[in-house]
Amino acid sequence: MGPLGLIIPMEGGGADDAHHWPPGVHSFDPKPFFPDAGMDWLNTYLLQAVIATVLVIGVWLWFAKDQRVVPGFKQWIGEQLYNLVRNGIGREALGPDYRRFTPYLVALFSFILVNNLFGQFFLSMFPTFSRVGYAYGLALLSWLLYNGVGIAKHGLGGYLKLMTMPKGVPGPLYAIIIPLEILSNFIVRPITLALRLFANLFAGHLVVIVFVVGGSMLLENADFLYKIAGGASLLMAFPIFGLELFIGALQAYIFTVLTAQYVASSLAEDH
Amino acid sequence: MLPILEITGSLNMIGYGLATIGPGIGVAMVFAAVINGTARQPEARGALMSTAWIGFAVVEALAIIGIALAFAIQ
Repeated sequence: MGPLGLIIPMEGGGADDAHHWPPGVHSFDPKPFFPDAGMDWLNTYLLQAVIATVLVIGVWLWFAKDQRVVPGFKQWIGEQLYNLVRNGIGREALGPDYRRFTPYLVALFSFILVNNLFGQFFLSMFPTFSRVGYAYGLALLSWLLYNGVGIAKHGLGGYLKLMTMPKGVPGPLYAIIIPLEILSNFIVRPITLALRLFANLFAGHLVVIVFVVGGSMLLENADFLYKIAGGASLLMAFPIFGLELFIGALQAYIFTVLTAQYVASSLAEDH
Repeated sequence: MLPILEITGSLNMIGYGLATIGPGIGVAMVFAAVINGTARQPEARGALMSTAWIGFAVVEALAIIGIALAFAIQ
């Protein structure tokens, strides 16, 4: 792929990349900037995550700069985005004490959104969270948050009792309920949180690769019918891109909503 | 024959496709119930949605465990 492939991740190009067919997990292999130096973690995905962090911080600081009582257009856009998360996610899920968690929720939503949009941005073309490690990192952060606030509010014993012993269960059934609740609340929750984000972006981007690479391979074939099929496949890639834009925004929303719900469930007075 | 037209690989993916039917119907039922409930009593939307998100997460966990296993077990 040449040196350009190090800087600009490309989808693989047509016939000379035929050994890349069929697309699979290997299509998402990271491209290290210095392949010989042994620093494999220094790759395009890390760069995307860092750019997204800088972008999110910068844009929100820019929105927050010189605010007025009567908002201008810039401030209005910023307030609409902020209110979407603050009222639509935070206040709806957390009730009166949503204020403490608004900064985290807004940062989470905008960070995931920007990273998902990288999957459709022509210079990056890969969503950061199609590498599962980044999704695990975010889920770990949310896991620490909802367990942390729960322990801070109820104390360790009270929190464990709240999470594992739902009220109104007949005594002997606790033998089954407690292991199930531990499994559900402390193990399955963070893993599904991470894997939901990862699997949606991974699978969605795989579909894009199938349509684009498969279409270009068919188009380069001599047979005329194959060319028609290839052209149709390439055209079909555009609606898929549109769907991916929607899925990216939806997954950012769902991740944030679920984080808010988990926080709400560990702050609840009773289960 | 073109390499693109050869079908190779694991039947896991077909199994996973079948396995998504269950969570698909489950998620649909969760949100159908929310839509019904909201239509009958619009002011209950917030309470319905918070339960629905937890239910959605639990139901979709099956599909997510499925995709993990489809890739893990070759």
